[in-house]
Amino acid sequence: MAPDWSEKRRHIMSQGQTAATAGPATDSARHAGTARVKRGMAEMLKGGVIMDVVTAEQARIAEDAGAVAVMALERVPADIRAQGGVARMSDPDMISEIIEAVSIPVMAKARIGHFVEAQVLQALGVDYVDESEVLTPADPHHHIDKWSFTVPFVCGATNLGEALRRIAEGAAMIRSKGEAGTGEVSNAVVHMRTIRAEIGRLAALPAEELYAAAKELRAPVELVAEVARLGRLPVVLFTAGGLATPADAALMMQLGADGVFVGSGIFKSGDPARRARAIVEATTMFNDPDVLVKVSRGLGEAMVGINVAELPAAARYADRGW
Amino acid sequence: MSGPRIGILALQGDVREHARALDAVGARPVEVRRAAELAAVDGLVLPGGESTTIGRLLRVFELLEPLRAAVVAGLPVFGSCAGMILLARDVVDGRPDQPLIGGLDMVVRRNAFGRQVDSFEVDLDVDGVAGPPVHAVFIRAPWVEKAGDAVEVLARVAEAPVAVRQGPLLATAFHPELTGDSRMHRLFVDIVRSSGSGR
Repeated sequence: MAPDWSEKRRHIMSQGQTAATAGPATDSARHAGTARVKRGMAEMLKGGVIMDVVTAEQARIAEDAGAVAVMALERVPADIRAQGGVARMSDPDMISEIIEAVSIPVMAKARIGHFVEAQVLQALGVDYVDESEVLTPADPHHHIDKWSFTVPFVCGATNLGEALRRIAEGAAMIRSKGEAGTGEVSNAVVHMRTIRAEIGRLAALPAEELYAAAKELRAPVELVAEVARLGRLPVVLFTAGGLATPADAALMMQLGADGVFVGSGIFKSGDPARRARAIVEATTMFNDPDVLVKVSRGLGEAMVGINVAELPAAARYADRGW
Repeated sequence: MSGPRIGILALQGDVREHARALDAVGARPVEVRRAAELAAVDGLVLPGGESTTIGRLLRVFELLEPLRAAVVAGLPVFGSCAGMILLARDVVDGRPDQPLIGGLDMVVRRNAFGRQVDSFEVDLDVDGVAGPPVHAVFIRAPWVEKAGDAVEVLARVAEAPVAVRQGPLLATAFHPELTGDSRMHRLFVDIVRSSGSGR
């Protein structure tokens, strides 16, 4: 049952990561930070909505609306675009306030390759770290070695090879990147369709052709073989980047996402609480047009948005990471 | 004999993993999102997920009262993690307005073992499950803080009960659906078979 690759990596990479000491008494046989515990956490988020929040008040609104988790960050992607400058990990005080404010899991973003930001987030008690292209990358060559952490990581991907390279580095959850901060869903659609199509092609290949496929995908052959066998990624696949309406969320679920991240789309809209509730309900009942009609009514203004086609190449976050 | 029809509450959470585990022990898993679908099952699984999210969706999609009525009427239910919370009489460290189904005479503490960095795996002896210990995966897991006399404790981590049964209701703080060991699901299917509700 346990995937060979991840178990191998677990044994190689997580020496000494045992013995969680929280709880009523210590129990020497407990193992924390395993691949199963990290990936399992993401399984529990499936069918849910993870919302970007920048204050404790927004985090409460998100929890009230039924979010399965919140993503704590200093500026939503739309503001990072508008204001420019270097985007970094959030202020620890702000993250701690959000952790205090809600009972649901709290995620936070670290820059690509910035393993010290990730160490800080882990020490703060964040439940998931997003090594995110929305922030300014800290390393043009290397992503974080995510096996060396107890906290699990989610990473973005635009295609299957990129997703598998992140999983090889220890990501326990993948989200299609889309184009964050635009309110335009087209890139999320393209990335999700691309990943699904590439998985479909792998699943149809005879075993002896998987080696060449791995070479083309620039991903470890063990992971490629696992994807071919499962017909899906070995970790949960969410979607992100440009979702702004309940119909956007349902679209991505119908395209095969396990759940959705919504960034600027909620708190840059006219009535965030109502839109947040509507997106949660649409994500659950994504196949029921009657519910989608009902929840799409009377939401007020959606975020204005930016057409992705008009973005210059340097302003496209999805191209960050490799 | 075809296996019992067992619903999985599919509002949010790890539905697919429970379906696979139920399938492995010869039950017929079906997803439940509507009250009408609830009426057609012999037993129900409440999956792992976020209990506040599932609770709110139970209310929005008008499943909370039908579920409470079904539990009172004797429907066998198995809840893991968030599902255990939903079956509790009361919750500590939850949200004050968090909707619960109830049925098990117990109070649970939400996220009792800590945050995700404290989540863990451990081997556990579970009463009623023969063979080697159950490999149990705890993810931001609850524990049972207080249990009534009618509640049978099947397993503990240190002092805290983490698997309980009361009549046709079964709950675990851990996730047997994540390990490929289907013995907890077999135990539940046996409960469903012997409850003979004739539904």
